[in-house]
Amino acid sequence: MDADIKLFENGKRLDGRKPDELRKIKIEAGVLHRAEGSCYLEWGGNKVIAAVYGPREAIPRHTQNPLRAIVNAKYNMAAFSVDERKRPGPDRRSREISKVISEALENIILVEKYPRASIDVNIEVLNAEAGTRCAGLTAAAVALVDAGIPMRDIPVACAAGKIEDQVVLDLGKDEDNYGTADLPVAIAPRTGEILLLQMDGHLTLEEFDKALDLAIKGCHIISDIQKKAIMEKYQSVSEGK
Amino acid sequence: MKQEKREIVIPSQLLGEIKNKKAGRGTFVENGKIYAEILGILNTNSDYINVIPLKGRYDPIEKDFVIGIVEEAMASSWLVDINAAYPALLHVNEVPWDVEFGETERYLNHGDSIMAKVLQVDQEKKLQITLKDRNLYKIKGGQIINVEPSKVPRIIGKKGSMISLLKKYTKCRIFVGQNGRIWIDGDDDGVKKVIDTIKMIEDEALSYGLTNKIEDLLKKDAKDVH
Repeated sequence: MDADIKLFENGKRLDGRKPDELRKIKIEAGVLHRAEGSCYLEWGGNKVIAAVYGPREAIPRHTQNPLRAIVNAKYNMAAFSVDERKRPGPDRRSREISKVISEALENIILVEKYPRASIDVNIEVLNAEAGTRCAGLTAAAVALVDAGIPMRDIPVACAAGKIEDQVVLDLGKDEDNYGTADLPVAIAPRTGEILLLQMDGHLTLEEFDKALDLAIKGCHIISDIQKKAIMEKYQSVSEGK
Repeated sequence: MKQEKREIVIPSQLLGEIKNKKAGRGTFVENGKIYAEILGILNTNSDYINVIPLKGRYDPIEKDFVIGIVEEAMASSWLVDINAAYPALLHVNEVPWDVEFGETERYLNHGDSIMAKVLQVDQEKKLQITLKDRNLYKIKGGQIINVEPSKVPRIIGKKGSMISLLKKYTKCRIFVGQNGRIWIDGDDDGVKKVIDTIKMIEDEALSYGLTNKIEDLLKKDAKDVH
């Protein structure tokens, strides 16, 4: 908490947003040729590419499950994605994010349809500006639909947090760094099931409830953008060209 | 039969109630309601609500004719890639030749292409294919192109109308595998024409009256040549 930085001024945030306003989001489906499904997503300053390969036979063999497919999400941040060069390769943070995203997706893909297979999701963060795990999961969901993988729902993620005693939606970079709490949430928008919930920082019980509600509201807005992106891609295909 | 527009549906989209229609392929049921599970085109012509996939892997069905590429020769069998989620097994008993134990490599080797039939798909999705049917053999010459498996029915056309059209106007030999691989053999111009036409069919797979359109196009081309 830096006293020099004021995160709130006249009810507006640093970047001029209202407390319950999202950053700008742009989603494009099917951007890569060699992947079965892919998606490019811009969310504020975040730039993320997700690619889906499979279902294919799971390798190494001992990871196979004879009853269901396994989901392998791999989250990776490019060395140039942050201000200070990030040391390339998997670290503790990206392994954690890979794990929670894999588990979130596993609960929404109809894994029973592909025994012994693996579905590989590669999430590549090209530019990071707070909330990359939400951006990554949201992009991965669109890529999975684009790959034609059977799913119960299209998952979507969004974060809420607390800055200067105010609960706000979708933290920006400085808000994330100097705020008091960050609460990323992923849901299945059709049923409202929670697929991922993490919390960093301190919130009282009332604040937590408020932040969760806010994040879920944000998820529904992003879900519409996701669906529109998929429709746009395939509507234009169906009209020939 | 004819719908005005082909409706595209995305996973989790509500399609109907189980009371009125039966849930067909590409759908799932939850609390008496039918939802789409894949990205595809809605088809409600029969008693069933079906979603025909737009993309995705080839889902093997028994008795389908496919084109496979041999991945590995083992002592008494071969592993063949048929564009499905899993490699398919081709046992020596399922080939027309008399293969001695351990001599599989003399007949089929890594990289060889074969026309085959899906023999068996079991619960664990273990696949077996066979070469023991008429017109199934190792592919020599020609070339193989890949298309989206979901577009194969359009390329074949109603009762093979589209494919016979292509054969008639280009004088090429064509074999369409259900797994989205197509083998073409003939003179260079003919093969090129087939490839271009198939590309076009794939791009416009969702439009109506495509067979007639393609026929006009091929006719015009044929005249230009002579």
